[in-house]
Amino acid sequence: MIVKGRVIARGYAKGPALVTMQPISFLGSVDPKTGIVIEKGHELEGKSVAGRILVFPRGKGSTVGSYMMLQLKKNGVAPLAIINLEAETIIAVGAIISKIPMLDMLEEDPFSFIKNGMVVEVDAERGIVRC
Amino acid sequence: MEPELTKKERCMLNGECGEGKRQAMEILFALAKIYGAKNMVPITSAQISGVSYKTIGDAGLEYLEDLARKGTKVEVPAYLNPIGMDAQGWEEMKVPKDFAQKQFAILNAYTSMGANPTCTCTPYLIGVRPKVGEHIAWAESSAVVFANSVLGARTNREGGPSALCAAICGVTPNYGMHLDENRVADLVVDVKVALPDRSDFGVLGAIAGGIARGRAVAFKGIKKADEDMLKYLGAAMAAFGSNSLFFMEGITPEWKIRDGAEKISVDKPEMGRMRKTLDETKEEDIVTTGCPHASLAEIKEIAEMVRGKKLKKPLWVCVSRIVKEVAAKQGLVEIIEKAGGKLVADTCMVVSPMEEMGYKSTGVNSAKAVKYLPTMCQQRVHFAKLKDLVEFEGAGKEKVRKK
Repeated sequence: MIVKGRVIARGYAKGPALVTMQPISFLGSVDPKTGIVIEKGHELEGKSVAGRILVFPRGKGSTVGSYMMLQLKKNGVAPLAIINLEAETIIAVGAIISKIPMLDMLEEDPFSFIKNGMVVEVDAERGIVRC
Repeated sequence: MEPELTKKERCMLNGECGEGKRQAMEILFALAKIYGAKNMVPITSAQISGVSYKTIGDAGLEYLEDLARKGTKVEVPAYLNPIGMDAQGWEEMKVPKDFAQKQFAILNAYTSMGANPTCTCTPYLIGVRPKVGEHIAWAESSAVVFANSVLGARTNREGGPSALCAAICGVTPNYGMHLDENRVADLVVDVKVALPDRSDFGVLGAIAGGIARGRAVAFKGIKKADEDMLKYLGAAMAAFGSNSLFFMEGITPEWKIRDGAEKISVDKPEMGRMRKTLDETKEEDIVTTGCPHASLAEIKEIAEMVRGKKLKKPLWVCVSRIVKEVAAKQGLVEIIEKAGGKLVADTCMVVSPMEEMGYKSTGVNSAKAVKYLPTMCQQRVHFAKLKDLVEFEGAGKEKVRKK
């Protein structure tokens, strides 16, 4: 299936999805060395965002989170791409400076058709998700 | 609807003006889309947060150095927020050497892009005073409130990167506080209590900010408020409620209330309750003031208070370098230092590594500092009027001494 979305950060990636309905903070909640979510009680606690198409509603927390996304990228443990329900500043800026392709406002609810582990293609040049 | 770009902005986005400008415009363009801006608006200045090594860390440093290496330059005057130490007195402050090295590297990256190392959260105290209606992109939350409310300039609450991008491109997405329709109060606060001390304005800001949660506030019933009082009020509103704009009847340049705005009043008992909530401990290892950075008027008052006496505990007066130099010329720095206090420039109690200097509890007269010291510096906080915090050798607290 092909779903259209809004381009926030350009690029292309294909890989397995990691899905959470909970917002993510990249400052303090994700270990920048390993990409593993360390926030106590988070749905993704103990799971790594590395090499995944990360699907979550939006960012939260400090604006320094943008820089932490870049740190993940430099450490080779960043998500392959990001799909948000509706982007906000922290994740959008982080995705752009880290060159992580990012889409939001998909024409269909991403949580309804993207499941954990499913291989998803994010074409953030043309603004489409394929799976 | 995609935001409309001018020819020059389009060139930046296409990379014709260099990689640094391309990336900065890409960020601004994405933010414009996210917040529904129809276009960009030229700015006259930018104020950039995310300058302390303590807050942005190695990740931020690498990003800035990378941007600087590409030869990126700012297009409009850009002013930096405080750093994590006094740039001239960091050894005396016992700031770890590796921290200092990283801090200087951050400063170098910013200045090589053309930013001014003013290192202050109060650019309006060093002559950066945009006029009514002027568009700017400022990031420091207390300065955002001051600029919008007291000066009548127009800025959203920028983050460090978005303010830097605005400085690099000379424009900012045209939404939010830049538009007339959003500069309207949705909450009217009738103040039924006198506010004689600056810290009272912080208490009021904590109450109003918490209730407003981002909505613009119109204050009634305040007869007199100087700029320092308004500074403490706005800083607390931003810290406790992410506020970016308030009006004060007869005092601020703008005054507009939406039909059907919520109306509340604040009385003496409520002020007392909030003051108690903010005050965690009665003991402190150190007393700090200047959050936001102290004005010359505040420094004069402190000098009068401590002249010829010996302070019992360390006292930090956090200021910008420029204001410190003026204070030094007037002999005020000498008076405060003779009493055992310090004028700490370029930094403040929140963004410096206080917890690594051996301090566990801090006395403050700023509600904003109460909000951040526990989480950012692991401090227990004693919140009070400055004259009640300052103690002298051979006497009780200033308050007691006066009796």
